[in-house]
Amino acid sequence: MILLPCPHCGPRNASEFRYAGEASTRPDPNATTPEEWRAYLYIKNNPAGWTTEKWFHRTGCRRYFTAERHTVTNEVRETRLPAARLESNS
Amino acid sequence: MSRGALKTGKSMRLGRQPGEVLDRSRQFVFTWNGRKYPAFGGDTIISALSAAGESVFSRSFKYHRPRGLLTASFLDPGCNVQVGDEPNVRGAHRKVEPHMAASAQNAWPSLRFDVKSANRYLERFLPPGFYYKTFMEPQRLWPLYERVLQRFAGGGKASPDAPHGYYDKRYAHPDVVVAGGGPAGMGAAVAAAEAGARVMLVEEEHELGGHLRWGDEEDLAALRRLGEEVARNSTIEVMTDSVVTGRYDGNWVAVSQRSLPRVEERLIKARTKTLVVAPGLIERPYVFQGNDAPGVMLSTAARRLINLYAVKPGERAVVLTANAEGDAAVADLERAGVEVARVEDARNGGDIGRVRGGQGAREVECGDGARIECDLVVTATGWTAPTSLLNMAGDKPFYNPAAARFFPSRLPEDVLATGGIAGDGSLDELLEHARATGKEAARRARGIGAALRAGIPQSTDGEEAPQDSPVTIPDLPVNGHLELFRGRTHGIVDYSEDVSSKDLVAAVKEGYDSAELAKRYTTATMGPTQGKLETVNAMAVIAEATGRSMEETGATTWRPPYAPITLGALAGRNFEPVRYSPMQPWHERQGARPLVAGAWIRPDHYGDPEAEVRNVRKNVGVIDVTPLGKLDLRGPDVSELLNFLYVNKWSNLEVGKVRYGVMCAEDGVILDDGVTGRLGPEHYLMTTTSSGAAGVLEWIEDWLQTYQPDWRVHVTPVTGAYASINIAGPKSRELLARVAEGVDLSTEAFPYMNVRTGTVAGVEGCFMWRIGFTGELSYEIHVPAAYGLYVWEALMERGADLGVRPFGVEAQRVLRLEKGHFIVGQDTDALTQGFGAGISWAIKLDKEDFVGKPELVWQGERDGYFRLIGLQPHDGSVAPPEASQIVEGKTIVGRITSSRFSSTLERSICLGFVAPHLAEPGTTVTVQLPNGERITARVMEHLAHYDPEGAKARG
Ligand SMILES: [Zn+2]
Repeated sequence: MILLPCPHCGPRNASEFRYAGEASTRPDPNATTPEEWRAYLYIKNNPAGWTTEKWFHRTGCRRYFTAERHTVTNEVRETRLPAARLESNS
Repeated sequence: MSRGALKTGKSMRLGRQPGEVLDRSRQFVFTWNGRKYPAFGGDTIISALSAAGESVFSRSFKYHRPRGLLTASFLDPGCNVQVGDEPNVRGAHRKVEPHMAASAQNAWPSLRFDVKSANRYLERFLPPGFYYKTFMEPQRLWPLYERVLQRFAGGGKASPDAPHGYYDKRYAHPDVVVAGGGPAGMGAAVAAAEAGARVMLVEEEHELGGHLRWGDEEDLAALRRLGEEVARNSTIEVMTDSVVTGRYDGNWVAVSQRSLPRVEERLIKARTKTLVVAPGLIERPYVFQGNDAPGVMLSTAARRLINLYAVKPGERAVVLTANAEGDAAVADLERAGVEVARVEDARNGGDIGRVRGGQGAREVECGDGARIECDLVVTATGWTAPTSLLNMAGDKPFYNPAAARFFPSRLPEDVLATGGIAGDGSLDELLEHARATGKEAARRARGIGAALRAGIPQSTDGEEAPQDSPVTIPDLPVNGHLELFRGRTHGIVDYSEDVSSKDLVAAVKEGYDSAELAKRYTTATMGPTQGKLETVNAMAVIAEATGRSMEETGATTWRPPYAPITLGALAGRNFEPVRYSPMQPWHERQGARPLVAGAWIRPDHYGDPEAEVRNVRKNVGVIDVTPLGKLDLRGPDVSELLNFLYVNKWSNLEVGKVRYGVMCAEDGVILDDGVTGRLGPEHYLMTTTSSGAAGVLEWIEDWLQTYQPDWRVHVTPVTGAYASINIAGPKSRELLARVAEGVDLSTEAFPYMNVRTGTVAGVEGCFMWRIGFTGELSYEIHVPAAYGLYVWEALMERGADLGVRPFGVEAQRVLRLEKGHFIVGQDTDALTQGFGAGISWAIKLDKEDFVGKPELVWQGERDGYFRLIGLQPHDGSVAPPEASQIVEGKTIVGRITSSRFSSTLERSICLGFVAPHLAEPGTTVTVQLPNGERITARVMEHLAHYDPEGAKARG
C-alpha cells in the first residue's frame, strides 16, 4: 500500500484516503458545450507516468488536496492544498 | 489388524539424534484415516506416519498416482492432508497433536485402492488442456461436466459448518523485517538490532536455524551461538511458523503468523523501513520417469527426516548427487543404517534413467543401464532461489548458467538480500555478508525514517537525516553447479498439478511456446507449491522444446502471496460495526423486526405493518427516523451554498421555514434529496437520505474546499447527535401539544413547511419540523440524542389514549408510496436525470449556476427521456413485484420501481419508469410478471395515489 503524503497530516496509508479522480477544471456552466462538459465528466487521460489527481483524506483531516503521482512507480513528487483565497484576510 | 487398534507396522524410528526436535517424554496417539498411530511431541503429521512405516500420503491431482514425501517441509506437494474439518493442511509442517484426526485427501475410496487412479492408464487421453478441450460443448451438458470435474478436483473438504475462528490482525512499524530465519537471517537481524534497529525476524519453520538444524555437530554448535545472539537482543521480535507473504508499495509487508495460542492465524501488516530478504535456497527436484513415486525424495528431505525427526527414510537407497548436500545425505543415510546401494555422482557423469514401482519405488535404472532394487531414491541436483519477494520489489533477477540458478540484480533502496539467495561460501563468509547487510539495513532504515518524519508538516522533530556512510557489504562467492533439470526420460515437473515434462513439450508444440502461455495452458506452477519447486524445471523443459536458452525463456511471474494464507486471516476478526438509535432498547422490548439499512439496524415493523399504516391514517403513529442524515450548516454564505447544491432556489427561504430540495450530480443524475430548514439568519439544518448522509457530506466538503473556498460555511455532521422522531397522523398535533412547550402549534402560528425550536417533554433545544412524507399532518422532531429514548417513551405514554402506535420502515414505505414520494436509489437509478423524476417544478434553470445545470438544461431541451409515473394495475388485487418490466411486445419500455398493496385504497399501487410516449395519464401499459404472465396497468395523473392535493398534510 502506498504512503500518500497529505499536505496537512504527512505521510499516511493510502487506505485513509479516497481517490477523487484526475484533477479537472469545471467549464463555465453557462457557456459550455456538451462535448466540453462530457469531457470534463468522463474523459480521463490515465497516463503511464506523471498525473495530477485529487485525493480526500477521509479518515484523517478531511481535506481535499492535489497530488502529482507517477502511476508506474507510485512516487508522489508534490501535494498541495487548494488555494484558499480568504487566507490572506485572516 | 482391526480399525482402532494401534498401528504397529515396521518402525522406522531411529535412536536419539543430536539435532532432533522430538520431545520423547511426550508420547501420544493420533489417527490417520481412522487408524491409531503413535507420535512424539515435535513430530509433524508426516514424520510420525513415516516413523510408523507409512510412505503414501495422498493421491495426485489429475492422475491419482500415489504420492509420498518429497521435501519433508511446508512445501511438500504430496503431503497435503485433511485435519478434522480443515482441508489442505501442510502435513509435513503441521505438528501432530494428541487425538488429532488426520486423513488423506484426493483418495477414493481409499489411499491404497483409488478408483480414479485409472486415470494413470488413461494418461495419453488426458493431454494438457484436456479439460478445456473436452468439457466445452454442448453448453447444456455443463451441469453434468461440473459434477464430474468437482469429483475429480483435488483438495480437501471444507465444512460449511466450520465455525469462524479467531483471526487476528496487527499493524506494525518495524525498522527492519528479515524474511527468513536461517543463519543469514539470524546474522542480519542481530547486526541490525545491534545497530539500534527494531527488527522482526520471520521464519517459516517452527524454529530458527535453516539448514544448520539438519547439519552436523559443527552446524549445530554454530546454530546455538547464533540463537544466543538473537536471544540477547531484546529489539528482535522472533516469529516462527510465520511467513512474509508479500511485499507491496512503500515496503508494506504482509506477515502470516501461525502457532499463536487461541488464535487461528494473525495477519501482520508491517510498514517496514527496510526489508532483508533471506529465504535461503529451495532444493530442486530432478525430472525423470517415476520421479513422483513414493520413496523418491530430495536430499534435504532425507536429511531432515533423519536429523530432525529421527526417521529412517528407507532401507536400501540409490543417491544421485551433484553437490555437497547430496554427499552429506549419503553420509547421513549410512549413519542411519540405510544401505546405500549406489551413489550416482552427476559430477562424474552419473545419472538416473527411471524409477519403477507403483505404490513405491522398487527398482532404479541407473545412467549406465544397471538396475538396482531399492525402496529409496535420493536426488541432489541443485537449487532454486525463491526470489519472489525480490520480484515483488521490482527486481528482475538474472539467471546465472554457471551456478544454475537466479540471483538478484537491482534492488530498491529499501530492500536488501542475503544468504543463499545472494551467493554461496562458507558459513563464516555467509555470516559476514549477513551481518554487513543487517547493519546496512539498519542504517538505511534510519535515513528512511528521518525522511518520513521530515514529511510531517509542522513537525517539531528537528532530527536530521543521518550522514553516516554506507556499510561495505562483501561479495559472496558463487559456487559452480551443473545445470541438471531433466534426465533422459520424461517425468513430473509440477507435482501439485500433475504436469509432466511431456505435457509441457506438447503445449509448446501446440503453440504455447512462451513460459507464461505454457503455464496457463498446462497449469504448471499454479498449484499449492506455486512454482517454488517446479518453475525452473518448467523453464528448462520449455527452453529445450523451443530451442531457446534459459535466459530467453525467462521465468513466470512471481506474485503474492508467497505462501498460502487463509481467507480467515485476510478477513480478520468477525466484526462489523453497526449503528443503533437511542430508542433501540424500546424497539427490542416491543419485538420489532430488525432491518439492516446500510450501517443502521432499525425496525422494519412491529408485527403488523398494515395495521401500522391504518393507525397513521386514522390516529397517530410515531417512527424512529434517527438514521436520517443531518448536517448543521452555519455561516453567512450558507444560502449561496444551498443554491449551488440543490436544483431549486434557496436565497428567499425565511428564518423558520423549511424546504424540500433535490441534489443532482454534475451529470444531472439525482444524487440525494431531503428537507432543509433555516433555524437562524446564518444557521441551517440539512437532512439527507439515511444512506446518502456520508456521501453528501464528502460531496459538500469537496465543493467548499476545492471550488468555492471563499464561501464562509461550517459543515458539521450531526446525524448521531440528534434522535429523530416523526409523529404522523390526524392526531399528531394533539399529541405534540401535550409534550411541547413554548411553541404555538396552531396551523396559523406553525404552518406546513415550517420549523420551530422549543422544549419537548422537558428537553430543551429540540427542532420541530412540520413536514409530511406520509401525507398526513405530521411533525418531525430532532431531540438531543441522549434524551431520544426518554422523549419517545413520553410520546407513547402521553398519547396512549389517542391510540399512538409505533410504525416501522415497511409502513413508511407504503405511506410514502400512497403519497407518491420517490426514494432516491429505488425509484431513481444511476441514469435518472432530474426532469425524469417528475420534479420539473423544483428545477430552476434561471439560477446562475448549480451542480449539474448544463445537463439539466440539455435534458429539458431533449425531452425524450423516461419518466417516473404513478401506476395502478387494472386488477387491484395484483401488486407486481418491484423491477417487473413494462413491455410492448418484445420490447422493454419501462419498469416498476415501487409496488405495494395499499390497505388505505384497498388496491395495489405502483411507481414506475416508462418511455415518454407512455407517460400520458390514462395510458394503458403492459407489465410482465416474473412468471411470464402479463397484466395491464393504468398511468395515473399524479405520482400521489392518496390525497394528491396535499390537503391533509397542510391541514
Ligand atoms: Zn490529512
